[in-house]
Amino acid sequence: MTELLVGTRKGLFVLEGEPGAEFELRTRAFVGEPVDYAVRDPRTGRLFAAVTSPFWGPRIWFTGDLDDDWQPARGVRLPKGGTEALKRIWVIAAGEDGGRLYAGGDPGVLFQSRDDGATWELNQALWEHPTRPRWRRDSGGLSVHSIAPWPGDPNRLALAISAAGVWLTEDGGATWSHGNEGIVADYLPEEARASAIDLCVHHLERAPLLPERLFMQFHGGVYRSDDAGRSWTDIAAGLPHDFGFPVVVDPADPDSAFVIPVTTSDRVTDGRVAVWETRDAGATWTARDDGLPQEKAFLSVLRQAFTASGAGSELELYFGATSGEIFGSGDAGASWSSLARRLPAIASVRAT
Amino acid sequence: MANVRLRGQLEKLAGAAELPVEGGTVTELLQALEQEHSGLEGWILDERGVLRRHINVFVNGEPAEQDTAVEPEDTIEILPAISGG
Repeated sequence: MTELLVGTRKGLFVLEGEPGAEFELRTRAFVGEPVDYAVRDPRTGRLFAAVTSPFWGPRIWFTGDLDDDWQPARGVRLPKGGTEALKRIWVIAAGEDGGRLYAGGDPGVLFQSRDDGATWELNQALWEHPTRPRWRRDSGGLSVHSIAPWPGDPNRLALAISAAGVWLTEDGGATWSHGNEGIVADYLPEEARASAIDLCVHHLERAPLLPERLFMQFHGGVYRSDDAGRSWTDIAAGLPHDFGFPVVVDPADPDSAFVIPVTTSDRVTDGRVAVWETRDAGATWTARDDGLPQEKAFLSVLRQAFTASGAGSELELYFGATSGEIFGSGDAGASWSSLARRLPAIASVRAT
Repeated sequence: MANVRLRGQLEKLAGAAELPVEGGTVTELLQALEQEHSGLEGWILDERGVLRRHINVFVNGEPAEQDTAVEPEDTIEILPAISGG
């Protein structure tokens, strides 16, 4: 049985089922409120939801049991008395040592918890980074949306910020450095590209079995890094479009990545929906579209709305669209089916 | 002290539907409310000290701004605004 946590514009939907058949609605939470992200910490089973209440502001909530009340986490806010307010939490990720979690949000902020997500504190080094005035908001804000811990090493972490590029730490977040070499921002004048840090990374994922390797969906480009995120190689050749939002990996295969290309002009699928897979680190790509709509399908799949569960021959893949439909594959993308329809616009999908 | 009435989520967080709070203006009163009930911190005022966009404050039934004066005998209500879509 697979559990899907589906964050939507109108609340959290928890679905359960087996790939290949319709999923059942287990429960709802935060009814009517935007849920930007929801995830279950695999270490503790605790559930987290990032809710951007139009009334009470952005907040992280947690519960140990879907049948219990959700509790608001403490400390998810910027320093009092400043000129900025927290706008949204985009992602929550389990860390590599006991009780540690990370959360990324807008305006370009990272929070850390050391008590399984009950209380949080702002990462000051990133908040006060001297390059911050050069970071740029994109249409979605200024968001820390991708957090990639290094398996087994709590001191090493990669972040992606839209639009401020890739950030790396090797000292647990005390200091941060760029990882932008090789990324080409064709939305900037050629003369400005070499020194640009306002790079619009859409999503970043690490290959757990080869932590030096990361895959990135960029705002025009798909990239691979083999040096822990310091430099990047364009691997988009062979894809129908180099634009897209999410990227997913098979945890058992460091040469694997999955993307959902969309057109550059309107950011939706081009009438045919396909997940594109590489198993050779981006040298070649193959469309995985068996069971996906192949005509008149113009889907928008947001960066947190594509996810994997399991690994290798047990790999399951799921993605949701802003049209409110969820597709799933129980055979690593070889075949797909529609698992749920007519939900509110989907912001995130995570599977357990 | 003014009498602050809370409902819904705010009542749950504060553990009371009515609270006596001191403050010469709405801002001062809300800051004092957050200090005395730390669970409310950030729910009504954001980090900048600005009243959240879709929250309305009423003083004796009249819509109030952050600089509206508050007297000790006043009744203050904090409510979510009409919002939809």
